[in-house]
Amino acid sequence: MFAGEQIAALFAEMGVTHVVTVPDSTIGKWGDAIARWPGLRLVRVCREGEAWAVAAGLHFGGARPLVLIQCTGLFESGDSLRNVIHDWKLPIFSVIGYRSFLNQDTLPGDTCLVFTEPVLDAWKIEYRLVTSESQIGEIRDHYRACIGAGKPGAVLIAEGKA
Amino acid sequence: MSDFTMELRGAMEVLHKLRAKGDVVVTSMGSAREWIAMGPLDPLDFIFVPSSMGQAPSLALGIALSQPDRRVFACNGDGSMLMNLGALATISAESPNNLVLIVLDNGVYEVTGAQPTPGSALGRLGRRGVDFAEIARSCGWPSVFRFRDLADWQDAAANSINAPGPVFIALEVSPVPGAVGPRSPGPTVDRAQKFRTALTSPRIRSA
Repeated sequence: MFAGEQIAALFAEMGVTHVVTVPDSTIGKWGDAIARWPGLRLVRVCREGEAWAVAAGLHFGGARPLVLIQCTGLFESGDSLRNVIHDWKLPIFSVIGYRSFLNQDTLPGDTCLVFTEPVLDAWKIEYRLVTSESQIGEIRDHYRACIGAGKPGAVLIAEGKA
Repeated sequence: MSDFTMELRGAMEVLHKLRAKGDVVVTSMGSAREWIAMGPLDPLDFIFVPSSMGQAPSLALGIALSQPDRRVFACNGDGSMLMNLGALATISAESPNNLVLIVLDNGVYEVTGAQPTPGSALGRLGRRGVDFAEIARSCGWPSVFRFRDLADWQDAAANSINAPGPVFIALEVSPVPGAVGPRSPGPTVDRAQKFRTALTSPRIRSA
């Protein structure tokens, strides 16, 4: 849906300083552009639970991190995000790949479609769903609204393949 | 496990004495309990309670990356380290030269009743326990140390923490009988705000 340069430029415009990530086949294509973009630093972690804690540390240190993971990583990292955004009330923003949303050719019956949005609701994370390129501005708008309010938020990026 | 001779309090007191003004110290689980007991707390002490178990090194990595002029210590238990072993690869990939990770290895989940971890010899049916220092070395940490005797740790601590970073230090310590988990030293939101303010305030350097 988006080219890496589009996303890197957007994140830079938003004021993001660090993108903490575990890639998937969609959001992973953005990594090289993010890593090259002036003012952005890509931090590769091994597992998504790490991402929230690294982002928390970055936030404490005055940086403006963003967590970039797939929805499966959201499922994996529940306790860490609970700690960061609910125990410590840190306004960490995330961009989350929504596996199989646009089609399920690779993984028919993918249960990511069953659980992703209810899990975000359960974690009390306000999110926006982006299903087309024309919505790129919604990422920036939701980010600014959340950061301005001092609360966490997320954007789901609809993905077309597993 | 039972032949470890270094006590956790003694091991932590060494760090307490060496910690310089402006250094950040992140503690969790048993190390947090001992650090609180040694008080008073510094504004740059982050008592990671409540925590997500295993995430102290990752949190410290974020601090180290965003505050490259500060030295950041992270104190982690062996059970916590096992829960987030990938952090050793993540940290060495970023390679912040201002981060010192200290793993306090007592072989047990101390605050839940001293059950053996799967990394300890006891938890591995007597097979050799996991060697965290070797794992860190394999992950490419430039400076790796391991101590099991308090006198050795006392003698080598200053040089160890000043070695090229990131620095990994494994301390084999004895479990604290009947130990309980640490208590949060205050409301989290207030602590988070004060910690961020302390971290991001301009450093005052002595002449």
